[in-house]
Amino acid sequence: MNALQSALAPAADQAQAIDGIWHLMLWICVPMYVLVLIGMAVVILRMRRVAPEFTPATPSDTQISRGLTLWVIVIVAGLIVLTLGSFFVDRRLIPGAQADVNIRITAQQWWWRVEYVSADASQRFMTANELHLPLGKTVHIDLMSGDVIHSFWVPNLSGKRDLIPGRTNTIELTPRQLGTFRGQCAEFCGLQHAKMAMLVFVDNENDFKAWWQRQVQARNELPSDVAKQGEQLFVSSTCAMCHTVRGTTAGSLAGPDLTHLASRHTLAAGALPLNAGSLAAWLADPQQQKPGTNMPTIDLEPDQLNALVAYLLSLK
Amino acid sequence: MSIEQTVNANVKPQTFSDGSPMLASTWSDAPGFWGWLTTIDHKRIGKRYIATAFVFFVLGGLLALAMRTQLIKPENGLMGPDRYNQLFSMHGTSMMFLFAVPIMEAVAVYIVPLMVGTRNIAFPRLNAFSYWVYLFGGVMIWIAFAMNVGPEAGWFSYVPLASSDFSPGKRTDFWAQMITFTEVSALAIAVELVATILKTRAPGMTLARMPLFVWSMLVTSFMVIFAMPAVMLSSSFLIADRLVGTHFYNAAEGGDALLWQHLFWFFGHPEVYIIFLPALGMVSSIVETFSRRPIFARTAMTLALIATGFFAFGLWVHHMFATGLPALGNSFYTAASMVIAIPSGVQIFAWIATIGSGRPYFATPLLFVFGFFAIFVLGGLTGVMLASVPLDLQVHDTYFVVAHFHYVLIGGAVFPLFGAFYYWFPKFTGRMLDETLGKWNFWLFFVGFNVTFFPMHYLGLIGMPRRVYTYPTGLGWDIWNLIATLGGYVIGVSVLIFIVNVVRSLRNGALAGDNPWHAPSLEWATSSPPPSYNFAAIPCVESAVPLWSSREELPALSGVREDRREILLTRATDAEPQITWGMPAPSIWPLVSSFAVTLLFIWSIFDSWGVIWGTLPLAVALTGWFWPRKDDRGLKSEKE
Repeated sequence: MNALQSALAPAADQAQAIDGIWHLMLWICVPMYVLVLIGMAVVILRMRRVAPEFTPATPSDTQISRGLTLWVIVIVAGLIVLTLGSFFVDRRLIPGAQADVNIRITAQQWWWRVEYVSADASQRFMTANELHLPLGKTVHIDLMSGDVIHSFWVPNLSGKRDLIPGRTNTIELTPRQLGTFRGQCAEFCGLQHAKMAMLVFVDNENDFKAWWQRQVQARNELPSDVAKQGEQLFVSSTCAMCHTVRGTTAGSLAGPDLTHLASRHTLAAGALPLNAGSLAAWLADPQQQKPGTNMPTIDLEPDQLNALVAYLLSLK
Repeated sequence: MSIEQTVNANVKPQTFSDGSPMLASTWSDAPGFWGWLTTIDHKRIGKRYIATAFVFFVLGGLLALAMRTQLIKPENGLMGPDRYNQLFSMHGTSMMFLFAVPIMEAVAVYIVPLMVGTRNIAFPRLNAFSYWVYLFGGVMIWIAFAMNVGPEAGWFSYVPLASSDFSPGKRTDFWAQMITFTEVSALAIAVELVATILKTRAPGMTLARMPLFVWSMLVTSFMVIFAMPAVMLSSSFLIADRLVGTHFYNAAEGGDALLWQHLFWFFGHPEVYIIFLPALGMVSSIVETFSRRPIFARTAMTLALIATGFFAFGLWVHHMFATGLPALGNSFYTAASMVIAIPSGVQIFAWIATIGSGRPYFATPLLFVFGFFAIFVLGGLTGVMLASVPLDLQVHDTYFVVAHFHYVLIGGAVFPLFGAFYYWFPKFTGRMLDETLGKWNFWLFFVGFNVTFFPMHYLGLIGMPRRVYTYPTGLGWDIWNLIATLGGYVIGVSVLIFIVNVVRSLRNGALAGDNPWHAPSLEWATSSPPPSYNFAAIPCVESAVPLWSSREELPALSGVREDRREILLTRATDAEPQITWGMPAPSIWPLVSSFAVTLLFIWSIFDSWGVIWGTLPLAVALTGWFWPRKDDRGLKSEKE
């Protein structure tokens, strides 16, 4: 079984609790189903091949009525157990008052804007389509939408929660297992609903802090002249109308923050892996790669394209 | 009682299908094409309703096969997201609005008047009108789809995705107006059925003796009357938001996106039971007939139907657990959703007990009932799982849910419907469907269905969301999608066999006779197919299984006039005769009125003034419809 995006491989307290209710369900529902199948099998096996001539039966139903009463009692008992079980597990999913890490996610067609929140303004930053979470800490994520209804769902960590325009929902996650998990929008949100994924990395505390410290910084020094040309092009062309690269004049919030793009693993909310080839293909014709995306196709000369790719890949 | 002055009880006719020439000429339609257009005979309208709904079933099924073909492998390039989104929107729309609800009502339009022993459905012109409106609505949305303006925001059209900001163009407007068409027609039938069932039952058919199928249609019709206004309201708000700039759903202007979901699911959940309850009635009819004993625990079965209909209105929020509503409220809807399992469990027990304690014989209808047990119970149990808030949060909007509701809707409604088809086909046509093809039809459907949908439970649990036009490889989904697609083709073959069976049997099927299954209810007392007047005399009922009672022949009432379209009205509870009622004659005006309504609805998509000016032709048509005319009450003797 592949455990990258699976409710059957819980890696956080919340998903673990839900997994418990899933097993309780199986323990009650499977025997009930088997009982019905046995009843059916008995009836079918006792059936004899007879002609359709009519001889009406008038059996006494007293015995069967007792069976019916018993059956209803069994059903009601099962339902009571399941209702109570659901009730208590549901209470465990409700966010508590305090969290160690606060994150705000705003879903857009078709990507995730991620803001790590801190009381210290210098410690806040924005990124997109990837989350890093510290192992064993309580994380609160405020969920909002910039356009239509989306749904945040990382099955290994917890159940889903909708992002609805005009509302803020909060989900609590307490990851208990290091590793990489995948999540995906779970509410139909238009053309590219299928390609609106995110990766979640559960790190140990030191890695998490180191990652945070890198992310709050402005873009790093550019390693080459080509990259510098790329930045020149970036800030002077259409790119800067939607994107931010901290440390440059590009500061628009319409699209994902690209300050540390090269530290991420995918492009366009999981639509493509992040490497030079796919980045070039994406810049050359986004509509080919993810039809309907809000990223426009821009006419680029080959050397311009190369410069942009070099620039973006240097944003570690 | 005054009725006794006009009606002489207990006169036995030779047979119920052997009426006088006067009776036949009173109830017959005009010959030829004109008669086809003007008919208000519930049997002719019922048949065309069934055929039309079946066509939409096949079309919706073909869309499903196209979707499954797209998903046969990861990153498949057969179609792009725009095409795929239209396909699943049209699949859901066709199956829910154009197939499932209409076909259940269609079967009822045909069978219920016969089952209660009357000569036509109440408000027969409204019935004809309802069919035409439904047909035009269905044809409109399919033409729109063919012209690339089909719906794209799903059969549920959540706002703000369905608002003009995110779904510009006319696609969603056509969808919303299709809702208006189908709801008008569904409401019309619901009113007719309630009136037919409560007021035109054969003398002696008390509520306690009413067949369970009729009971299920009574409950269903009341549900339609209470549920449909919610979706008409929500789709009208949507149309207003889109076309005249209101802000019912616009959070930025003080509206609320969740209002749509509440209104839609307040209709949408009962809708599932509107589809499912008639199927339960069909199962009861089939089980009773083939077990050759009266159904076990009739009273409990009736109460189970009523309870299901009642609870159905108290659990719509279980479609909205992920939206972040207050937790205590959600817990209430968990409990309410689970309670549904009790009446369903009672019925499953009672059917199996009926078969077990009767003298059952096997034929295709019963085979479909066993398929129904096996599939529906599994779907019901996954329904219990979905009622649990935490578990629902994991599997909501995944393939687990796709599996669940196909188990419930195909297992719980389509299997009984196919069984009912094999069961009532002889009554519709006078000929039997072929049993060998029937068994092939069943087994391919049963196996194909499980191969398609069972793996989807697992797919949902391992993370595959619904409504995705493609998926990446490497998540463990590939093999299960491949299997599901192959199963889908098997279902396609099975439906093809069914069509072949129907076409062949229509021409060469064995002649059925009045009552080939030795069934107990009144529709089998008359010929197959029944004459235009259904019954030569009004049958009288003395038990819940009238054709199984020990008498040689059913007692019958005469005295209902034969020289005009007259039926007997009886009291709602105990079916004591009250009065005779003259029914309207065939008319072209229902068709003309439905043209006018269609004009109004489609005009309003393009121009909001269409709502105003479109009422003028409609007013003319309705004036024509209700203009008092001497022959409206069909008084043949006075004319001649």
